[in-house]
Amino acid sequence: MKDKKGASSKTKFDIKKITQLQGYSSFTSALMAIVLGLIFGFLVMLFANPGSALAGFRFVVLGGLSRIGDVFYFATPILMTGLAVGFAFKMGLFNIGASGQYTMGLFFALFVAFTWELPPGIHWMAAILAGMLGGMIWGFIPGFFKAFLNVNEVITSIMFNYIGMYLVDMWVQTNAEMYVSSTTRTRYVPMNAQIPSLGIAGSNVNFGIVIGIIVAVILYIVLQKTTFGYELKATGFNKFASEYAGMKGKKNIILAMVISGGLAGLGGAFLILAPSGIAGSSMTYEPINIIAANGFNGIAVSLLGNSHPLGIIFSAVFISHIQRGGTLASLVGYKPEIIDVVIAVIIYFSAFAMIMKSSVTTFIKSKLGKEKDKEKNNLAKEAE
Amino acid sequence: MDIVYYLVQNMLPVAIPLLLVALGGMYSERSGVINIGLEGIMLFGAYFGALFVYNVQGSSMGPQTILLLGMVIAGLAGFIYSLLLSFAAVSMKANQVISGTALNMLIPAAVLLFSKMFFNSDGITTNKNFYIREMPILGDIPIIGQLFFQRTYLTVIIGFVFLAIATVVLYKTRFGLRLRACGEHPHAADSVGINVYKMRYAGVSISGVLAGIGGFFYSVGVMDGNVNGHTGVAGFGFLALAVMIFGQWKPIRIMFAAMFFAFLRTLAYSVSLIPFLFNLGINQTYYKMLPYLATMLVLALTSKKSRAPKAEGIPYDKSQR
Repeated sequence: MKDKKGASSKTKFDIKKITQLQGYSSFTSALMAIVLGLIFGFLVMLFANPGSALAGFRFVVLGGLSRIGDVFYFATPILMTGLAVGFAFKMGLFNIGASGQYTMGLFFALFVAFTWELPPGIHWMAAILAGMLGGMIWGFIPGFFKAFLNVNEVITSIMFNYIGMYLVDMWVQTNAEMYVSSTTRTRYVPMNAQIPSLGIAGSNVNFGIVIGIIVAVILYIVLQKTTFGYELKATGFNKFASEYAGMKGKKNIILAMVISGGLAGLGGAFLILAPSGIAGSSMTYEPINIIAANGFNGIAVSLLGNSHPLGIIFSAVFISHIQRGGTLASLVGYKPEIIDVVIAVIIYFSAFAMIMKSSVTTFIKSKLGKEKDKEKNNLAKEAE
Repeated sequence: MDIVYYLVQNMLPVAIPLLLVALGGMYSERSGVINIGLEGIMLFGAYFGALFVYNVQGSSMGPQTILLLGMVIAGLAGFIYSLLLSFAAVSMKANQVISGTALNMLIPAAVLLFSKMFFNSDGITTNKNFYIREMPILGDIPIIGQLFFQRTYLTVIIGFVFLAIATVVLYKTRFGLRLRACGEHPHAADSVGINVYKMRYAGVSISGVLAGIGGFFYSVGVMDGNVNGHTGVAGFGFLALAVMIFGQWKPIRIMFAAMFFAFLRTLAYSVSLIPFLFNLGINQTYYKMLPYLATMLVLALTSKKSRAPKAEGIPYDKSQR
């Protein structure tokens, strides 16, 4: 009897040892959401055009590998918006306004790039910092509304997505230095203000991704090793307990939103200051009154990375990877929007992946446990 | 006076979608579920409504019959789509805001995908005209007839009917009382034998139906029967949430709030017709921002003493009782 108990608890311990690691658990639930999202995407492809579904799906899953430079290039902005959403989420704030902050950062970066005269080495850095500042201002507003006026940050962020988008589009259109009305796009950013390319042949990947990864590591250190990071996480866990322990909730809310906004603003700056294929050209912005999608993709990136700065690096690369795959799938007749569908489904499932996974694992565990017990019982009987 | 008539006639078709969707949001939140996916549900309903109109516009059916049938289809579509939110937020106890956001992201992409594949465009364009120049009898009433029953859509009358029904159901029926209990104190409701999960499914489903219809009415009254994936419903789902908060989760107040926002929006889009505003020479973009800025101002002033349902946003867990 005693022997049996020990044995069964030992098997339990073995399973627990692996599954109870937090990183493992968030990794598997992210994986589960991804798999479900991809399956759904495949079904949509099958429904739309059964003949080329397999070929299209192969492009989605593997296509990005052939364009690894592009994957990192397009991962840069969503890495930053992902970090923005994730950082606020650590504090229990849902920063759905990353789009507005991103657009604001984009404009501030453009403004410095076009209207300031600065020496070559410094100009692009100044433009990046300006972008960060723009995002910070736009992040401060929801933080202030939340802390002092008790307005839910989700509503504020959404409203300021629209306000920011309209403002930026108006500012861009009325600025002849950066806007060409015949092409309805901004001009190429001056060479001095472009982020230096990493010089990998055949791709436009630039220094932005390096800065992005450095920022992610810094965020990780801030969250894990500083008092501020600890207070942030504590407030996220229990607002009232942290207030009772003497942490300044209001100050922290605003600070977290400002930092989050700054990160999203950096994303906008990285996007618009990036050089593109042909020498001298760069990314351009078209003011057509549409909310920037990269802000919402940041939500997906952040959820997949479990709001962990280092996890977000990988999820940003992954999302960018399937996005590249999606554009390649158009070779066999699919529209790139298929990836937006897949991303939305991934978000939907990752909202409850943890719960779903735990119910699945308890189910498997109970099955396994029962069989083990049965075996033990049989063995015990035979021994008798 | 003509300008007043013009503004009211144009305001009402804009106010009705806001009103219906905000009422939907109210039902959902009163049952305890934050429905931030209203925007997506609206677009889903609008798309299916427009798809229906597109398919029957060649037939001999009268425009108002098509409108009513389209409304039923849109409501049904909204109901089905909202089940995704109920499932995630009620059954799976997921974060309600995130699941709602996923619903919002899915639909514009899906609309673009299917429209590009099957119509070679960004959405659906219909050519059926639902506009009513003057309603019989009612339109002849002096002043009131001009304000409410001329140059309008059938949607306006339907919207007010829905408002009346929603108010009665929420305050005068057993179902309404139980629904409100689940949003305030689900554990207490459960202890007297109310099935909280069922009630929350009901609340979200009602919001799905109303949001679907609201989306269709938006496409009819604001977009002339067109739906596309790029602009979607232009943030009306989110504005409706703000309308609901401004209306303090109460039907009649919500109606006034919807009128207020619709008035601002109509004003913003008819600046060029009003000599006084046009002569000020302010960039039109500022007027377009007006509804959003007004939302923030209103929320800043009212949120301190907000009367939000106490249990909204918290997944109900029986074992925590």
